[in-house]
Amino acid sequence: MLTTVLQQLINGLSAGSLYALVAIGYTMVYGVLRMINFAHGDILMVGAYLAFFGISAFMLPWWVSFITAIILTGFVGVLVEKLAYKPIRNASRVSLLITAVGVSFFLENLFLVLFGGVPKAFPIAPIFHGVLNYNQLYLPVVSIYTPIVALVLLYMLLYILHHTKYGMAMRSIALDIDTTSLMGINVDIVISLVFFLGSSLAAVGGILWSTQYPSINPLMGIMPGLKAFAAAVLGGIGDVAGAAIGGLILGISEVLIVAFFPSLAGYKDAFAFLLLILVLLFKPTGIMGKELERKRF
Amino acid sequence: MKRLLFKTVLFALVTIFAIGYGVSKTYAASNTIKVGVVYSMTGPVASFGQSAWQGLQVAKEIMPTALGKKIDLILVDDQGDKVQAANAVNKLIYDNKVDAIIGPLISGNVMSATPIVEKAKIPLITPTGTNPLLTEGKNFISRACFIDPFQGKVAAIYAVKDLHAKTAALVIDSAQDYSVGLAKFFEENFKKLGGRIVAKTFIQTGESNFSAQIASLKPANPQIIYMPCYYQEIALFARQAREFGLKQPILAGDGAAEAALIKVGGAAVNGLTFTTGFAPEAIKTPLGKKFEQAYQAKYHKLPDNFAALSADAYFMLVNAIDRAKSDNPIKINTALRATKNFQGVTGNITLVKGDAIKPAVIEKVENGKFVYVTTINP
Repeated sequence: MLTTVLQQLINGLSAGSLYALVAIGYTMVYGVLRMINFAHGDILMVGAYLAFFGISAFMLPWWVSFITAIILTGFVGVLVEKLAYKPIRNASRVSLLITAVGVSFFLENLFLVLFGGVPKAFPIAPIFHGVLNYNQLYLPVVSIYTPIVALVLLYMLLYILHHTKYGMAMRSIALDIDTTSLMGINVDIVISLVFFLGSSLAAVGGILWSTQYPSINPLMGIMPGLKAFAAAVLGGIGDVAGAAIGGLILGISEVLIVAFFPSLAGYKDAFAFLLLILVLLFKPTGIMGKELERKRF
Repeated sequence: MKRLLFKTVLFALVTIFAIGYGVSKTYAASNTIKVGVVYSMTGPVASFGQSAWQGLQVAKEIMPTALGKKIDLILVDDQGDKVQAANAVNKLIYDNKVDAIIGPLISGNVMSATPIVEKAKIPLITPTGTNPLLTEGKNFISRACFIDPFQGKVAAIYAVKDLHAKTAALVIDSAQDYSVGLAKFFEENFKKLGGRIVAKTFIQTGESNFSAQIASLKPANPQIIYMPCYYQEIALFARQAREFGLKQPILAGDGAAEAALIKVGGAAVNGLTFTTGFAPEAIKTPLGKKFEQAYQAKYHKLPDNFAALSADAYFMLVNAIDRAKSDNPIKINTALRATKNFQGVTGNITLVKGDAIKPAVIEKVENGKFVYVTTINP
């Protein structure tokens, strides 16, 4: 029994850190632009596909392919912002939101047309292959790497935000975009950087996701995207550490639902959204969220 | 001024061409028989649709006409989604004015299409929708495959007699009528044969993390795992099950019969057994041989369950149109449901109340290939 519970907790931790990585992207974009970037889940898919092509079409070693894919995905995010969001930055929030949904559909269907709807098998590098076995406890090495990678990236991000000039600029934009630009800060570059960082993190999430569940298709980003969104709201959207905590809570509670209510296992996905609704009803600012229009990050 | 004139002339020309094209289309239509095809070309069961569409095209090359008229296939993608399936059928019936429909491929999607075709009185033949409820009490639904009470029974007998299993765990996809139904029929028959279901867990189409379900199955320690789901979920489940030390043999239904299972599942699906409607090794009819050759020449691989049953649905429909001597949907339907001893790709097909009575095939994954095990007659 104890091993089962421990096994479930580890499973939850691993799933949760994936959600956390993706949730951070939602939260960062919301922080600076006050918009929900619904295309973020599809950016994750783009990252997974780029890594897949790097390995299988260009025959790159896995780590070269992963790094290239992560950087390229970052630029895809920047491109999306420049083409789709920047022209309507001062329009109403609803227009931005609808544009984001449009970008999401565009990316999904573009990849469907280009690469077809049949799932592709994601090649797994040998070092991600193993399973550690202790007593009745089984730990696929990917589920150990995932939380570590998530933690390291979170730390790096928090460092950038709080100890660099650009990080300060981001936090300042989150407070007041107009005043920040009056201070002579190039707001466009900083926003691009936010999209770059967020999208790269989504790519890392997508690659780790595909390494754990090695079947990729153009619609693969929808579910992780929506769940990460729920996690970001749970943690308090706009707050980076909150997003990470929200992701972990979501991942672990999903697993516990299956463990304690086996007959509800089929509704595991619905649980994330139930949680989202409850948070919105009772504590709309989430766990770490502060007064809504003031502080960010 | 010149510009304006140019634009006006251009506009007029485009309009004339558009109308001309439309008229020629309508005119051409009277010389063709329009058949709507609703397959899942994208989404969670996209591989089914891709295989089935290939099979259908080869079948059409073999038999391109009925009553001397060309057959025009109109493909609409249902994205593996129930709502999209209903939309697709509506579009085909009311926009394209088709005379008959082939598809959808999965039971849940057929289920959402039935009320529409029943109301419009258009014959629908599903190549691979195996849930018994699809045809129950319906007048316009037929199928080219066997039904799940039979498939579940075959699986249960195989589990008890050949795998010597006394206990089994069920993994059910609660989003699919196919999975829920087939699991039920397996459970009934398995219990009748003296077996015990020691654990049950549920998943959903499109999920990829099954670690929680696997951890909950492990303490029950079943001898086999029966997982009547679709290839994508089976492949990912098998991978994770093996990683987490759940090594019992997995038995599945015809939802596993797709090459993508092996591509995604890799070594984890080795030894996986499943019941299905067709194996290239079991081809006995002349039409089957002809189809296999044509398919191999075109796609350089052997046809699978979905390609073969999709071709059979087409051949049965063409045969029915020829016997009806009319392209009137109601007459086609009457002839189709009266199909008797038709020598199709997958064998001898006779329809009783829309259901095909035919043998089941058991296949196994061995070294990354589907291997024929045996045929079980009803």
